[in-house]
Amino acid sequence: MIKRYWEFHNTASSYGIVSRLIHWISAITVIALFSLGLWMVSLDYYHDWYRTAPDIHRSVGVLLMGLTLLRLVWYGISSRPRPLSLNPVARCLAVAVHHLMVLLLFMMFFSGYLITTAQGDVLYVFDWFTLPAVITGIDNLEDIAGIIHKWSAFILIGLAGLHALTAFKHHFINKDKTLRRMLWGSH
Amino acid sequence: MFQSIAQSLSQTKTLLLVSALTCGAIGLSAPAVADDYVIDTRGAHAFIQFRIKHLGYSWLYGRFNEFEGEFTFDENRPSKNKVIVDIDVTSLDSMHAERDKHLRGKKYLNTEKFPTAKFVSTKYVPTGDKTANLQGNLTLHGTTKPVTISVEHIGGGNDPWGGYRNGFEGTLTINPADYGMQLTKSLGPSASEVELFLTVEGIRKKDLKSKK
Repeated sequence: MIKRYWEFHNTASSYGIVSRLIHWISAITVIALFSLGLWMVSLDYYHDWYRTAPDIHRSVGVLLMGLTLLRLVWYGISSRPRPLSLNPVARCLAVAVHHLMVLLLFMMFFSGYLITTAQGDVLYVFDWFTLPAVITGIDNLEDIAGIIHKWSAFILIGLAGLHALTAFKHHFINKDKTLRRMLWGSH
Repeated sequence: MFQSIAQSLSQTKTLLLVSALTCGAIGLSAPAVADDYVIDTRGAHAFIQFRIKHLGYSWLYGRFNEFEGEFTFDENRPSKNKVIVDIDVTSLDSMHAERDKHLRGKKYLNTEKFPTAKFVSTKYVPTGDKTANLQGNLTLHGTTKPVTISVEHIGGGNDPWGGYRNGFEGTLTINPADYGMQLTKSLGPSASEVELFLTVEGIRKKDLKSKK
């Protein structure tokens, strides 16, 4: 029984520990970044967290980008469990939503990076390292990036909500193991 | 002094002035029309800069990169002097992208709603040999207020490329609150005033035309 939780690789019917960890760490981080982002832009200049909150938001965002790049590599080299739905439309929609979420994640990373670096400033990831400014010299780039960052965030959270709802639908209505195999990797 | 005399001797206009001074009748012997100038933003010999206190501890400098303007300048008849400048407020640059984005935002300059600022002079009142008070209306954040800019005429004369230039620097202090921007609410009491530095060099238009 214990073994199935720690199974490294994905199988034809379930997710291994690597895929599950990446999935849930990403899920929690995305929701945390979204909440932190909404909160930090409302802060007063003299608020204790005025500087710290964006520092954490930027740094965690870059780390999530690293994890997402690893995730793509992992997807590339690992097998995938068979889809549980037999409905070709539902399967197609699920894949489309998954791909769109990954695309939106990268739009978030890129636009967020540009808000900070558009005029040549480097981006500090905690005090560990910095990302250099690469694209500069475009008028109002930080404003355009800001608009993209904001709308991508809302769309991403909306899709994540849809993704969660359909998982619940599978769990409670279809009573299949869609949610369980992502939670426990059970058979 | 000698240098400036030598420099200006090459100008026929100054010869007129010298003769006028000897005659002691400036007004009568200055028939030349006031010259129109275009502010040399193309060659970036003009700057609109501001500074505001950060926390009350230091000065933060910024500038507006995009603007254009024209002025009329007549050394002998200062009442003819006038200037008009249009500023693209979205071109604000404080050398920090995140801060620029904030300053353009709704809380501060709200450039989406008020993308432009404008200064139109109404009166040029000399206060000294090279100084004057330039009165006019400043439109910023959708609000127009009368202001007085302290102006210094830095210099003027032929440039090395066949043109003729005159340059000025003006300073004024404004209260953003007068223009509907409540900076002190979020930035603290030291942000109640913004100093503006307006440095313009104009190229005389009639030479520009004749060269073409």
